[in-house]
Amino acid sequence: MIPVLLILIPLLSGFITFFLKNERTVKSWALLSSIATLIVSLFSLGMLQGNNQLTYDTQWLPLLGSRFTVSLDGMGKMITLLTAISFPVIFAATYKNTYSKPASFYALMLLSQAGLMGVFCAADLLLFYFFWELALIPVYFLSSIWGGERRIPVTFKFFIYTFVGSLFMLLGIIYVYYQTPGHSLAMSQIYNLTFPDGRENYLFGLFFIAFAIKMPIFPFHTWQPDTYEQAPTAVTMVLSAVMVKMGVFAVIRWLLPMFPDASHSMSHLVILLAVIGMLYASLIAIKQDDMKRLIAYSSIAHIGLMGAAMFTSDAAAMQGVMFQMFAHGINVLGLWITADVIEKQTGTRKFSELGGLAQKSPTLAILFVTMALANIALPLTNAFIGEFLMFSGLFKYNVWLAAIALISIILAAVYTLWMVQKIFYGDAKDSNLPVVILPNGTRLMLMILVVVILVFGVFPQPMINLTTDTVTKLIAQIK
Amino acid sequence: MNQFSHLVYLIPLFPLVGFLINGLARNSLSKSATGIIGSGVILASFVLSVLIFLEVKSPGFQPVIVNLFDFIRVTDFTIAFSFRVDQLSTLWLLIVTGIGFLIHLYSTSYMHSEAAPHFARFFAYMNLFVFSMLLLVLGANYVIMFIGWEGVGLCSYLLIGYWFKNNDYNYAARKAFVMNRIGDLGFLLAVFWLLAKLGTVDYTEVFARVATLSTFDITAITMLLFVGAAGKSAQIPLYTWLPDAMAGPTPVSALIHAATMVTAGIYMIVRSNILYSLAPFTQAVVATIGLATALLAATIAIKQNDIKKVLAYSTVSQLGYMFLGLGVGAYTGAVFHVMTHAFFKALLFLGAGSVIHAIHNEQDIRNMGGLKKYMPITHITFLLACLAISGIPPFSGFFSKDEILAAAFEHNVIFWIIGVLTAGLTAFYMFRLYATTFQGTFRGTPEQEHHLHESPSAITIPLIVLAILSVVGGFLGIPEVFAPDSHWLEHFLSPLIAKTEPAHLLTHATEYMLMGVSVGIALIAILIAWTRYSKKPEMEEATGAGKVLANKWYVDELYNSVIAVPIQKLGGFLNNIIEKNVIDGLVNAVGKGIQYAGRQIRLVQSGQVGNYILLMVLSLVLMILLIFYGHNLNPIINWITK
Repeated sequence: MIPVLLILIPLLSGFITFFLKNERTVKSWALLSSIATLIVSLFSLGMLQGNNQLTYDTQWLPLLGSRFTVSLDGMGKMITLLTAISFPVIFAATYKNTYSKPASFYALMLLSQAGLMGVFCAADLLLFYFFWELALIPVYFLSSIWGGERRIPVTFKFFIYTFVGSLFMLLGIIYVYYQTPGHSLAMSQIYNLTFPDGRENYLFGLFFIAFAIKMPIFPFHTWQPDTYEQAPTAVTMVLSAVMVKMGVFAVIRWLLPMFPDASHSMSHLVILLAVIGMLYASLIAIKQDDMKRLIAYSSIAHIGLMGAAMFTSDAAAMQGVMFQMFAHGINVLGLWITADVIEKQTGTRKFSELGGLAQKSPTLAILFVTMALANIALPLTNAFIGEFLMFSGLFKYNVWLAAIALISIILAAVYTLWMVQKIFYGDAKDSNLPVVILPNGTRLMLMILVVVILVFGVFPQPMINLTTDTVTKLIAQIK
Repeated sequence: MNQFSHLVYLIPLFPLVGFLINGLARNSLSKSATGIIGSGVILASFVLSVLIFLEVKSPGFQPVIVNLFDFIRVTDFTIAFSFRVDQLSTLWLLIVTGIGFLIHLYSTSYMHSEAAPHFARFFAYMNLFVFSMLLLVLGANYVIMFIGWEGVGLCSYLLIGYWFKNNDYNYAARKAFVMNRIGDLGFLLAVFWLLAKLGTVDYTEVFARVATLSTFDITAITMLLFVGAAGKSAQIPLYTWLPDAMAGPTPVSALIHAATMVTAGIYMIVRSNILYSLAPFTQAVVATIGLATALLAATIAIKQNDIKKVLAYSTVSQLGYMFLGLGVGAYTGAVFHVMTHAFFKALLFLGAGSVIHAIHNEQDIRNMGGLKKYMPITHITFLLACLAISGIPPFSGFFSKDEILAAAFEHNVIFWIIGVLTAGLTAFYMFRLYATTFQGTFRGTPEQEHHLHESPSAITIPLIVLAILSVVGGFLGIPEVFAPDSHWLEHFLSPLIAKTEPAHLLTHATEYMLMGVSVGIALIAILIAWTRYSKKPEMEEATGAGKVLANKWYVDELYNSVIAVPIQKLGGFLNNIIEKNVIDGLVNAVGKGIQYAGRQIRLVQSGQVGNYILLMVLSLVLMILLIFYGHNLNPIINWITK
């Protein structure tokens, strides 16, 4: 029942939101709904694997042999928890932001949460595809209606790009469908399929393109910086904290277990692309003058490491990917929230125009610096655990690739500290900006995120344990 | 037995609590409360460190491992959050908390002109630094050490950029962090190497299973660890951040950039001495780099006019000595020099701070002179420190430097010659500094002269304590030649040092000769510098070869044009050309191509009946062809639906 609630609560409350009138009502309603989802998600953490509350199965499309099967394993719990945390944090942190047609804005936000939850819970391939698209559509409307100046062409490109990727996946799904004995798309059936020689690689390709665009892995990433820049920041938060994890999640949930041999033979290529992407994105990040674009490229570099690590077939690396999905979501959320506050109050996000904010907004500076340190994976922040595990697996896979990929931690220090320096340090007199005052909700959310960053940086084991079952099973499947 | 060792986690905990209180309550604490909390927590750690030291020193002591919790546990390995109490870590505990406390005490006066919240921020950072340094020292495995390792780098960054309004300082802070990170990359790779080969990073287990590693593995691991050490301890090629780090407040330079953090690299290598003793290639590299750094930094120090810059290059040079000691297998000698150096270099920096404070933030020694008249305590303690660093007996630097030089002589006489030459340069630039600052007549403005005064007791007490330690510290390691079996430090550390250290083969006559030469050269250098600079200091800008030295051999410029600028250019190229035109251009081209195709195909629907009929006929023909010859396509269809 738990996964159904995770999908239904945002779905129904999202539809109801369309009909609400008053802006305050809309905001409170959305926040309330997202908190309810969070509570349900927290409940799931305490449940042991095998608890029948964690799965639900019913008739859906009998003609196609697809059933409405949803279930939560360790990874599912982790990623739905991230989704469940992200939305109330986003709503609370951006509570002061105003939107035209607030009812539609918040309704679409909740619908995208429902889609995301569906993606993470689906245990049927067609159901997964259904939610995969469902999550995309609200985000498309959110970005193209409430976005920045260049929103129309940018969002159009984003939509077409990811949609084309999805179509490749659809082709793959149809093929897989015909391969299953009883024409079924249930995960349990698909996992046991074997494909004729050589065919697996093509199928791998069809699915991989869809997932690679979503993550994104170099060179499929060019939609991302523009979209992150143009989307309203609340939507950017959804995109980069949760939505890009769809790609990582899908690789682990579907791609690797479905095509273990192809994953193995293609791993060299994928890891190479991912590592190139890490350095490439880091080098570009150094040259950005726009805070949002810098965070976007930094995020591409970080996702690149996940992309590389999950193809190493190493248990520690896989644990690292799981851990980092959560950690990256939390950290990037914090960075976007700060970016939003700064842009809203100073009217700019250009480093060349910012400076000296630490002087008058010391609390914001401290919170941001902590998150920046997490962004460069300093020990005792959550990101260190994930990156440490991933690099250790990558090292076992190939020493040279690991060494080259590690250069990105130096570059990360270069651009992240550059950002800190340009925004917060220097003399406030030189930049002549208004004082940035943190609204209470925003400050509280940032503080919570910082606490989460540190707690999981010092005591990572509960989070590692949470996903161990998924990792153990996966490693057994692909070995 | 071991009653205090089990409380070792309290030692880093105290400074952590201090950090939290000072950091979180910075707006409400008074300056005196901040000072008391900030220094008090370090004093508490020091007291506990002394108690633990007494236990460790007692005969029959076995290392104590205090396991707090499992930090990271995955299928392939477990990394414990655990501390290790043994001779080496205890020695460092005393240095870090002891000198740390003195410098905190000093800071209560030195930083007093800061506004209360910033004063608290300073102490919070300092406490956090001590916490990180203690983690580094106490960790029972390489990962905990790495946590401290990056932690001290962070604090160094925060403290160099403490005055964050000044953008030059911010650049220096970032440079320090990035250069340290380059070293950290090596450290991390070594950790991964250990994990991949042994599945553990715990010291006890690694050293116990060292025999299962191939020579190549050991060489690679030790070399990578050394890259980390070179970053943290400012060795060639990663030393250029340390002189720039002088942008931080002077107590920071004393604590972090002289006495403690920069010796972390030496600590790490001594900790891993079992690995290093099995890697002769790495040892040769360590010795060579150390010696080259010692010499290079000493030549630069000769021509610097900023009092802190001279001391910074002197630190780099002395660290080079320590690495020379490590490279030739004189681990105890290196530790010994870390200890004596911590005393006299902290003293020199604090003395410099006292001077800078007295002349209102003037750091150029050309505008000083004659200060001995105004600041007697600072003057005497500074002079003692100069004698100690120059290796004049019986001051502490003599014993530790002599031990390293003797080991170098046994190893390779060229090492010894360069070492002694560098010692001469050291004595020269230290007394150039001393004479220009304290001798002669005051060259600053009359207004500055009017305000000249000896510093308050919070500043002079640490100076006096450190001066005493600088004078007597050497007696912990009296060489065999003076009194047999009286090298206390060697006995103390012997359980932890690989037993490959060569027995002292030098005859007493040779050893006396070596000492005589190095002391003689130092005395001559002192004499030259004293007579030359106390009368007529070097006022004009350097020219010729001196200009090259004054400009630090143009190494910063070299790095800039060979590394920093190309990386920026590459980033710009990728951003402006590859990203926008090539990759995204390709994506857009696909989109445009489809649009174009759509436009063209649209033309087919022209509304002219003739065209439609033509298409109909063509389609019919195609269908007929498919019906009759379609079976030829079967293989393709089969392939798709197989």
